[in-house]
Amino acid sequence: MQRTAMDLWVGLFVVMGIVALMILSLKVGNLNVYNPAQSYTITGNFENIGGLKVRAPVKSAGVVVGRVTDIQFSTETYDAIVTLSMDSRFQFPKDTFASILTSGLLGEQYIGLAAGGDETKLQHGDKLMKTNSAMVLEELIGRFLFNKAAEDDSL
Amino acid sequence: MASENLIEIKDLNFSYDTRAILKGINMTMQRGKVVAIMGGSGSGKTTLLRLIGGALPPTSGYVKFDGDVVHELNRDALFKLRRKMGMLFQFGALFTDLSVFDNVAFQMREHTNLPESMIRDLVLMKLHAVGLRGAHHLMPNELSGGMARRVALARSIALDPMLIMYDEPFTGLDPISLSVIGNLIRRLTDALGMTSIVVTHDVQESLKIVDYVYFVADGVIAAEGTPQQVRDSVAPFVHQFVHGEEDGPVPFHYPAQQYRKDLNLESEVV
Amino acid sequence: MFKRIVSSIRHIGHQTIEGAWRLGVATRFFLLVLLKSGTSLRRFGLVVRELYFTGVLSLIIIVVSGLFVGMVLGLQGYETLQKYGSESAVGTLVALSLVRELGPVVAALLFASRAGSAITAEIGLMKATEQLSAMGMMAVDPIARVVAPRFWAGVISMPFLAAIFSVMGVFGGYLVTVVFIGVDEGSYWSQMQSAVDFRFDIVNGFIKSCFFGVAVTAIAVFEGYDAPPTAEGVSGATTRTVVTSSLVILGLDFILTAFMFRGVS
Ligand SMILES: Nc1ncnc2c1ncn2[C@@H]1O[C@H](COP(=O)(O)OP(=O)(O)OP(=O)(O)O)[C@@H](O)[C@H]1O
Ligand SMILES: [Mg+2]
Repeated sequence: MQRTAMDLWVGLFVVMGIVALMILSLKVGNLNVYNPAQSYTITGNFENIGGLKVRAPVKSAGVVVGRVTDIQFSTETYDAIVTLSMDSRFQFPKDTFASILTSGLLGEQYIGLAAGGDETKLQHGDKLMKTNSAMVLEELIGRFLFNKAAEDDSL
Repeated sequence: MASENLIEIKDLNFSYDTRAILKGINMTMQRGKVVAIMGGSGSGKTTLLRLIGGALPPTSGYVKFDGDVVHELNRDALFKLRRKMGMLFQFGALFTDLSVFDNVAFQMREHTNLPESMIRDLVLMKLHAVGLRGAHHLMPNELSGGMARRVALARSIALDPMLIMYDEPFTGLDPISLSVIGNLIRRLTDALGMTSIVVTHDVQESLKIVDYVYFVADGVIAAEGTPQQVRDSVAPFVHQFVHGEEDGPVPFHYPAQQYRKDLNLESEVV
Repeated sequence: MFKRIVSSIRHIGHQTIEGAWRLGVATRFFLLVLLKSGTSLRRFGLVVRELYFTGVLSLIIIVVSGLFVGMVLGLQGYETLQKYGSESAVGTLVALSLVRELGPVVAALLFASRAGSAITAEIGLMKATEQLSAMGMMAVDPIARVVAPRFWAGVISMPFLAAIFSVMGVFGGYLVTVVFIGVDEGSYWSQMQSAVDFRFDIVNGFIKSCFFGVAVTAIAVFEGYDAPPTAEGVSGATTRTVVTSSLVILGLDFILTAFMFRGVS
């Protein structure tokens, strides 16, 4: 094998490898949407997080704007403290409403943000004031049955 | 020059595991001489060369090369010393992933900073000396056994070392190449002031070119002398070897139990 | 009976000691290779040459296997997911399986049998034909000149091959589900992108493939260098390379996965 031909092939191989890594990062891993280097962190207390997991997306109007980075249990308030890492391109008002939602009937759970009307924006380290817990199927069914029973009683 | 002797071997013992191969070898080799080592197959000649090159440590005794005791050197010093040696391996040991040219150029590229144009000239000169200048572009697997050996020879003289050890340079050569290579060894030694050790079975050819002969048998030096002394020797051992007789003091067979017993004939007395 | 038990226990002890001893020898050899890597890095041409044999020549099998694995994943994923009406998540399934597990692991297994065995056979044969001793007698260290360049070439090739494998797989999944079956192209990519995380999935997969690269090539060069200098010796060593590296890849994968994805979905 000629030396130069070998060099050419090896060069081609390395370029292919680097391009593959870039495709994985940019096209598959979507590196440009969520860059932890430019992010701010906020927390929120939830009474019940249901099946929410670390790394679940944070969406507003269906667009991913951040990710859940940590979930802790608070021994003071006996609820869950969820830490969100937000893309700093997206600023939200102080009174933004956070709820844990499910994509589809059996899909993954994520945090949905509904912007409020406050003038001041959420800063790094701020705490979300208004949160809504995850819907838990058992509770839902229980409530449904309870209402049903109440309806029947009133009849 | 430190001393007239390039190599001094004193009371050298060596064993593989428990099997003693060399039992007290004493040799001296003067600078500028061609020395032959002869002996039956399996008598430890290749082992002796490896000990000189420092590839094996002796059990006792020492090999002194150019004033240094070989097995006492650390790795770097040993490698430095080996640059003064060339070795032709019994089976050639050409680098199969390199072409003939690159094989011969190997040490020049590893150990010197010569420009590529000069390396080219040197390599072609070495290959010319063994008659294979035209084969420089071939790969080792495209060579015949004798050609591979000659390339290996060219490679071992690449850096004009002080000492070259040839492990059976004559096997697998046709009569013409054989005498060419024999003369080449002699000429290199004389022209460049090298010292050569030739391990060989080819008594007649080697007696023409060497200055001194050692016979190794049973781990010791069985006989030694100049070619003339060897030819005239009446010692049965030397006589047997020089004239290639099967019966004599040199056993043709590797030590074993009785042949009849091995073939299970012992009990079958008919 | 008692004797049988004693002898089998003694056998186990013997095997254990033998194994530990060999592991020690291998570790020492590995450190020696690292120590003597200076030459390969200074004369990078040596590594480039080996990159051709380990990297470029493994490309075909990696590209083709990646494509087919991705296509099968796409097909199977689609079959299952469409029962729940979530066939648009097939991109997620394909990408996550590839990037986290199949890319690094299958690429490493293929690499072990394609390049690892070749490295072992080559070094073993060089030893058997005295090329390594000849090199030593020429005052050139065979570990620095022969082993280290092959080691580094393998270490460099592996992450690239794994990445190429994953990309080909994602593309294969795309071919089957989007082009042939007709899943919506937009949701194939967007679902994938929202589920695959750069830090957790891509980077971890990359780290895995680096570990596998080191493990496979280290095993391959050691087996070659340690092979008995005979035909059976070399062929046995080649087999051992493939078997040992496959087991090590799978074991290492489990350990790495446990570390990386602990406490995460
Ligand atoms: N690696 C080894 N391990 C154990 N024994 C060995 C080894 N190499 C050689 N021997 C033994 O050492 C003895 C001498 O071997 P050596 O190769 O030096 O013989 P030799 O004189 O060169 O023979 P030949 O003329 O056939 O090449 C032989 O009996 C051989 O069986
Ligand atoms: Mg021999």
